[in-house]
Amino acid sequence: MSTNINPFLKQISRTPHANFLNLKLVSAELTAVTLLMPYSDNIIGDPYNKIVHSGAITTLIDTACGAAIFQAQNNTQAMATLDLRVDYVSPAASGKNIQAYADCYKLTSTIAFVRTTVFTDDINTPIATAAATFMRSNKSFPIN
Amino acid sequence: MQLFETINELKSRHDYAGLVELIPYAKAIGVETSMVGEQIVSTLNFQENNIGNPALPALHGGVVAGFMENAALFHLLWEVELNRVPKIIDFSIDYLRPGQTLTTYSHCDIIRLGKRVALCNIKTWQDDPDKPIALARAHFLLANNDPLK
Repeated sequence: MSTNINPFLKQISRTPHANFLNLKLVSAELTAVTLLMPYSDNIIGDPYNKIVHSGAITTLIDTACGAAIFQAQNNTQAMATLDLRVDYVSPAASGKNIQAYADCYKLTSTIAFVRTTVFTDDINTPIATAAATFMRSNKSFPIN
Repeated sequence: MQLFETINELKSRHDYAGLVELIPYAKAIGVETSMVGEQIVSTLNFQENNIGNPALPALHGGVVAGFMENAALFHLLWEVELNRVPKIIDFSIDYLRPGQTLTTYSHCDIIRLGKRVALCNIKTWQDDPDKPIALARAHFLLANNDPLK
């Protein structure tokens, strides 16, 4: 499954904010990737129930989408998010690491379409789902 | 202490910053709050670690989204008497311009406030309010249905 990983994906932590959230690459397929965001007290949004803030989950999704596009393109051409829609179907259980599986299911010469499923233990019981579109750029994303 | 008691205490002390202290994520990304007229307004200070694309450089789109989700959350916490933190149901964002390495401002409108659900529109900009960098909408769950009889 994890053949032909775009070398950029191993350097995901070069994106300052991905590094800040400590995002890690779990696995990659031809057009899809799974990223993990470790649980941390810094990213809590509901202090009473110690639940991770939806904003951190949105960032995980946006980053996973970008990584899936790099993987589908098989190069480091940059992209910019046009729109992103997230359904938060259930809160993540407190203390759990969160994973996002993003699949870039269609690339046109200018636009990339990506679907994402977010989960803790089992992708079949998601905590969020998302759909996003991106503008593709001719410029390369800085990896060094 | 119940949530609305905590918020009422912050209100009586005019302690807008106390709201940021309450939500660790808001503090982590550099949110600040102030009162503009009667409205609570969230601003996002620039931080190096909020960058997404170091070449431009531009803010991470996720941070802009998280800031806007949190601005709506703060707005609801301040405007509506709630006994629990509203749960976000869905969030939809359109990015209009890259976020530069500047302070970011937000404005939130509650479009509809029901007993159980609120709909918010959020606009965010940097140097010019007429040139927003993103527009978003979000539904929040304020209370559950009573159990079916």
